[in-house]
Amino acid sequence: MLKRVLGVVPVVFGVLLFTFLLIHLVPGDPVEVMLGDSATTTDREALRADLGLNQPLIQQFGSYLNKLAHGDFGLSIHTRQPITELIRARYPATLKLAIFSLIIGLAIGVPLGIYAALHNGKWQDLVVTIISVRLSAMPAFWLGPMLMLVFAVWLGWLPVSGMESSASIILPALTLGFGLSAILTRMTRTSMLEVLNEDFIRTARAKGLSERQVIVKHALRAALLPIITIVGLQMGSLLAGTVITETIFSWDGIGRLLVESIEKRDYPVTQACVLVIALSYVVVNTATDIAYRFADPRVRSA
Amino acid sequence: MKLFALSILIFWLVAVVLGRVTGLQPNDIDLNSILAAPNAQLWLGADDLGRDILARVLKGVEVSLWVSVTVTLVTMTIGVFLGLMAGFLGGRTDKILMQITDIFLAFPGILLAIAFAAVLGAGLGNLIVALCLTGWVSYARLARAQTMSLRNRQHVIAAESLGASLSRILARHILPLLASVLIVEATYSLASVMIAEASLSFLGLGIQAPNASWGAMLRDGVRYMLVAPHYVLAVGLSMMSLVLAINLGGDYLRDKLDVKSAQS
Repeated sequence: MLKRVLGVVPVVFGVLLFTFLLIHLVPGDPVEVMLGDSATTTDREALRADLGLNQPLIQQFGSYLNKLAHGDFGLSIHTRQPITELIRARYPATLKLAIFSLIIGLAIGVPLGIYAALHNGKWQDLVVTIISVRLSAMPAFWLGPMLMLVFAVWLGWLPVSGMESSASIILPALTLGFGLSAILTRMTRTSMLEVLNEDFIRTARAKGLSERQVIVKHALRAALLPIITIVGLQMGSLLAGTVITETIFSWDGIGRLLVESIEKRDYPVTQACVLVIALSYVVVNTATDIAYRFADPRVRSA
Repeated sequence: MKLFALSILIFWLVAVVLGRVTGLQPNDIDLNSILAAPNAQLWLGADDLGRDILARVLKGVEVSLWVSVTVTLVTMTIGVFLGLMAGFLGGRTDKILMQITDIFLAFPGILLAIAFAAVLGAGLGNLIVALCLTGWVSYARLARAQTMSLRNRQHVIAAESLGASLSRILARHILPLLASVLIVEATYSLASVMIAEASLSFLGLGIQAPNASWGAMLRDGVRYMLVAPHYVLAVGLSMMSLVLAINLGGDYLRDKLDVKSAQS
């Protein structure tokens, strides 16, 4: 367990180093690119000093880490607001969207997976598998506009975009949730098929339990573990998937903040968003891994 | 399924060639047919500048295929080379490479490509660089895992004891055994690079106007969805058919070449 947590340290350090170096990858002078031609020399020097770009690289990295440790991401070049505030304002919306998508993914994926497993090899199984495999290959920026076209434009049931009404979350959450449900369907199916062949299922049936009890109480409970792992691992990808989904539906989360900052060449904000999303991903992955070890005594010693 | 996939691919190939031959103009602006619905002249209608959507979709396929083939070839070469070295040499080389790939994998999805594209600036060349910088990781992991399992095969040990050079062992005794796995991986990566390219172009980080790209067209299509739903529909359905066909082709190759799992 401790080893697993410590194993994250070099990865986190690498992520920090990478996001730090990001600004140095800008071709030419980043200050010039950010401020444009109209800026005066004083402005440029001020920004350069502000970002610490006139210090040696090692020292820059040191003060970058030091600031981050104090929860300070610096200032946005565009609005002069503290970036920490910007992120704090946007992060909850992304989290909300990710959790809603997760619920939708689970609500579709798990029942479908069980259904496919119970009809293993029959046509129902084939249909479910084909749909789930193909659906997961379709990207969010395809699915989003298609859902928008059908449910918002043609049927007019849901708002097209924005965050004004509480129904606004449905389409972006569906966009992310469908992709997730496809993966969950396949995982649930595989996991259920494995469990259904176990001795304890035969015992449960032999005891004369109803099929419903066998499936829900015995099989599903045992099959749930790998599903939890997938959910954890997918939660991170959901956070990344929000970048495009939020852009499509004008959802004011951290993904949209990232895209906006790129458009405005507000590199410190870009840097901070990339860092926050990547760190969220690492944290969720590690937490899932640890939770898995707790839940399954078989892998605890491994 | 195989026939279905093949016919879609051939359809697109023929369409692109026909588009070229008949001289469809993807960048010609016609102010009289702005957002025109599909009709006899404009089979898929016109976009917000009155440009022929069909011509632009076909031009988009061309660009998209070109980008994905380039990126796949470059990332495969780099990734396989690094993976072979790490898997065969083991030890320190292996540790360092794995540490680097771990860091790359800590960025979910296309976040890393977005980050690279953001700082490099928009444009086709930078888009390809950004996708290459992020794409080699999966090949390196795959090649490393496979090489490690082949490392102690008798024919490799025999070649080693006969004094064959490192490059000869890797190129003649290990690489050929990786070929089928790599071909399958490359097919899937064609589709995923295509999607990544479109994603970045959708965000405005890829191919720039006036050049056609499916990602940028989808974005514009969303913008004019209320008045001209045919725009987003035409691009969306085109994209679905092509991605579907390539993935089906990948499945077919996987079964044919008997590769158990391309992931590792």
